[in-house]
Amino acid sequence: MDRTLDNLKQRKIKSQIFKSFVWFCGILTVGILVYILLFILLKGVPKINMEFLFGEYNSETLSAFSSIITTVQMIVLSLLISVPIGVFCAIYLAEYSKRGNKPVKVIRLAIDTLAGIPSIVYGLFGMIFFVNILGFRASVLSGVCTISIMILPVIISSSEEAIKSVPDTYREGSLGLGATRLRTVFRIVLPTAMPGILAGIILAIGRIVGETAALIFTSGTNVLKYPSLDLFASQRTLAIHMYMLASEGLPHSRDMAFATGAILILVVFFINYSTTKLAGRIGRMQND
Amino acid sequence: MQNIKESNFSEITMQAIFFLSALISVLAVLAICLFLFMRGIPAIAEIGAIDFIFNEKWGPTNTPASYGILSMIVGSIYVTAGAIVIGVPIGLLCAIFLVEFCPSSVYKIVKPAVNLLAGIPSIIYGFFGMEAIVPFVRENMGGNGYSIMSASIILGIMILPTVISISESSIRAVPESYAEGSYGLGATKEETVFKVVVPAAKSGILTSIILGIGRAIGETMAVVMVAGNSVMPLDKIKILKPIRTLTTNIVTEMSYASGLHESALISTGVVLFVFIIILNASLSSIKSKAQRN
Amino acid sequence: MTDKIKIENVELYYGEFQALKNINMNIKENEITAFIGPSGCGKSTLLKSLNRMNDLIEGVKITGRMLLDDVDIYKDMDAAVLRRRVGMVFQKPNPFPMSIYENVAYGPKTHGIKNKSKLDEIVEKSLRSAAMWDEVKDRLKKSALGLSGGQQQRLCIARAFSVNPEVILLDEPTSALDPISTMKIEDLLVEIKKDYTIIIVTHNMQQATRISDKTAFFLHGKIIEFDETERLFSMPKNKKTEEYITGRFG
Repeated sequence: MDRTLDNLKQRKIKSQIFKSFVWFCGILTVGILVYILLFILLKGVPKINMEFLFGEYNSETLSAFSSIITTVQMIVLSLLISVPIGVFCAIYLAEYSKRGNKPVKVIRLAIDTLAGIPSIVYGLFGMIFFVNILGFRASVLSGVCTISIMILPVIISSSEEAIKSVPDTYREGSLGLGATRLRTVFRIVLPTAMPGILAGIILAIGRIVGETAALIFTSGTNVLKYPSLDLFASQRTLAIHMYMLASEGLPHSRDMAFATGAILILVVFFINYSTTKLAGRIGRMQND
Repeated sequence: MQNIKESNFSEITMQAIFFLSALISVLAVLAICLFLFMRGIPAIAEIGAIDFIFNEKWGPTNTPASYGILSMIVGSIYVTAGAIVIGVPIGLLCAIFLVEFCPSSVYKIVKPAVNLLAGIPSIIYGFFGMEAIVPFVRENMGGNGYSIMSASIILGIMILPTVISISESSIRAVPESYAEGSYGLGATKEETVFKVVVPAAKSGILTSIILGIGRAIGETMAVVMVAGNSVMPLDKIKILKPIRTLTTNIVTEMSYASGLHESALISTGVVLFVFIIILNASLSSIKSKAQRN
Repeated sequence: MTDKIKIENVELYYGEFQALKNINMNIKENEITAFIGPSGCGKSTLLKSLNRMNDLIEGVKITGRMLLDDVDIYKDMDAAVLRRRVGMVFQKPNPFPMSIYENVAYGPKTHGIKNKSKLDEIVEKSLRSAAMWDEVKDRLKKSALGLSGGQQQRLCIARAFSVNPEVILLDEPTSALDPISTMKIEDLLVEIKKDYTIIIVTHNMQQATRISDKTAFFLHGKIIEFDETERLFSMPKNKKTEEYITGRFG
């Protein structure tokens, strides 16, 4: 090993090269994000005007108002369905089920499967089942039903994790005072797990806002002149509005597609910010 | 006494409700399988399974109509492979950066950036692809820009957060003692990371790649805006030429399809669905193999 | 016999805490030197300074000089070169999650040896030096993690040999092992000391008396006594040393 010293020089050079590649990729990743955000925001924000946000839809305004209302409607209704089911399921998995027994394995397999299904497949299922077989037709209702299933895994995973991280000492304290399992869950465990559950809900909202493929054939691409809460009407969400504008190919549509994109990005920013804040709150609580 | 009876009753009822809520997931999966197959399988049967999967001619509006999705299967494979080639090296190196080389001040910037990338909707990626990547490919590489190349670039970017987060956790989980042993023998930090720490995390890294594959192959909106969506005969497939994937096939034609055409598109979805199931199954077997070791 | 290692006025701080105070000692070549003392006395800290493993910990400050063959290991030597010349065996066996062969070949490969037959030769020689060759020669490609604790530790010793060091540092190498493996390793050390300089940190005083030529007793970061092993244990000069070796504390 007397050649150690010449070999060392070579090794040091190789090590430096590797280190630069690694740093490069770290910076590249941030750079890609910044580029995408700036690209859309810089062209989109200037195009946002009051008519676009609150006006009636016509070929001049290309207003996003009804799409925004539809999106909000979709979020509220889907959460109303999925959150109770998802949280109850998480309670079952975390509090009542025994490790590794048959039903639990099947349920977990089902949840993992649901999590991996691509949105377009959800869209097809929604089209077949809700739109056609149940006869809901292309409507906000069909969209809500499809989305509810789609976000179920997200709600379940984050709620389960949140419930599991509630310290056992809390449960023992409650049970030790003579409270029932049920009371312990509702009065002690769930409130403590709330930030985590909330984080999951916000994640789900993010997914709903960004969803297109699952909604194109369920709630459809139709846009009404004025916002409507009609569940049985086919209405587009904000993301689909962007898709339609982008596909039209006209300069004005293209501009407003940028504007829609800017709104979507700002919503995603806000969602990300809230989840980080909540995660911080959870972390601090657990350290107490 | 009455209180105990009452609470027992509500206790049992609620337990049942919790269990039933859990069963809804199972119900949902069964329903999805059932109805997809119910609409999709008969069409495959009518077209002929071999013909459906291995025929490269897709022409539902021709006479006679042909329903072969081979070109789309190949298209999905190509853009996914391209996404992996672009996204995995960058993602893995970025993960290594985050764990081993990143000062904590920089971590506070890069990690949230990765999380933000994960939250960006596909339509934004697709639009960005159409407005930035497609012209870039057109001007610097050739073709009209709507191509496998553009799709691969966009999908590569989209799978970055998946590859990065999961690889990062796996690399962090490697015991310090391995690195210590390597340093003790006189290896540099880079040698230690590259030859001992990262290989020790390979099962987690593989998981991240498989999840990335799942994400890329199921992606519709981002691809439909950059890939051109023409059905290419197998011998004409080129990286700078347009392509249609299984996903974009569905979204491109569904709005005007009916009858067997519509069912064939649903069958395309079934093929995609089956592929994802196989992918998930291989993931589970890798995970359980890793656990057994 | 020459002084292989000279330690001059060394002080070490972990942040605000001073772990080593005014350490002065010379380690002779081809001898086994033992560091003994209660937990937290600084013996492992000093050991890890000798191959600059403390460099990997944030907030460590060292003053003074440490010389290997009269060359300052901090100022005038590259850490990677130092660690090839001064090998280390850790308290808990830490073989890489690779095959037995790859574990032993890792060191030479890192330092530039690519020729397969040369590597085969080094692997065999190292495993023989650790008295392991016969046990594992038929399963070199099997994972090292499948070996028993004692075998893993001897593999780590073989691995340390593979880069042809001059000094071997062992940090409580047998504390996690059964008596038979311990005995095998102690016999090994005694046998190889004619070719290496060995420093061993140990909690086990019997081990120190069994195998070491010189012993240093550490307390609160200082060397209380450093002498021939026999003399230190039979006629300790310092009261604290006597109290420690008779079991009154630690």
